[in-house]
Amino acid sequence: MVTNVTSLGRSGLYDWMIQRVTAVVLAFYSVFILGFLILNPDLNYAQWSEFFNSTSVRIFSLLALLSLGAHAWVGLWTISTDYLKAMVLRFLFQAVCGLVMFIYVVWGIQILWGL
Amino acid sequence: MIPANLRESECAVNDKRPVNLDLSQFSFPLPALTSIVHRATGLILFVGIAILMYILELSLASEESFNSVKECLDGFFVKFIIWGILSGLLYHLVAGIKHLLMDFGIGETLEGGILGAKVTIVVSVVLILLAGVWLW
Repeated sequence: MVTNVTSLGRSGLYDWMIQRVTAVVLAFYSVFILGFLILNPDLNYAQWSEFFNSTSVRIFSLLALLSLGAHAWVGLWTISTDYLKAMVLRFLFQAVCGLVMFIYVVWGIQILWGL
Repeated sequence: MIPANLRESECAVNDKRPVNLDLSQFSFPLPALTSIVHRATGLILFVGIAILMYILELSLASEESFNSVKECLDGFFVKFIIWGILSGLLYHLVAGIKHLLMDFGIGETLEGGILGAKVTIVVSVVLILLAGVWLW
């Protein structure tokens, strides 16, 4: 079996699984947040900050954030290996994606817990 | 005519290969197009998430910034951007659900694939329009 050093799980099957498990988390989180916003049309700051102050919402948000990092890595890795043939370009693209994902995770933790 | 600079062995390998496939000359089947859009929306969302996180940060920072975010979201341009990101999310979500269904073996035939692509387009267009109505 040929393994690729830049793929997240080092194997296509593992990446495939990561992609699907994180997709389910992200789908539920998207519906959860959109549902809250739709059910609270006249949202004020007190409701909004109370919502994100609850531990369960923070845990769910962090889970979604970490899922986003893994999900986006597998997806963007697939795109880069399909369309970017030049090694340097592909590596740079993947490096930028990795950096941005890391920033998202740290920034997100700060937003959630840095209040 | 074989160019003089090509060795005989190279010619034997190369001459039967399709060269310079011009993707713009292909007629893509519908499932191929929905798949490409799924990828494109994924890439857009990866960038768009930064905007959503910035809005989340501002909205949670203080009551004043929450209110200014609310005011800002009433502007046409900002609303349009949000609608764009939301559209990408909804399409990606619907196409992703179709993907998961196909992983379970549902709609894996040629006809099923085309039907799945059509359903993906119809459902996501409806959701995108509803999102527009909700925002405005």
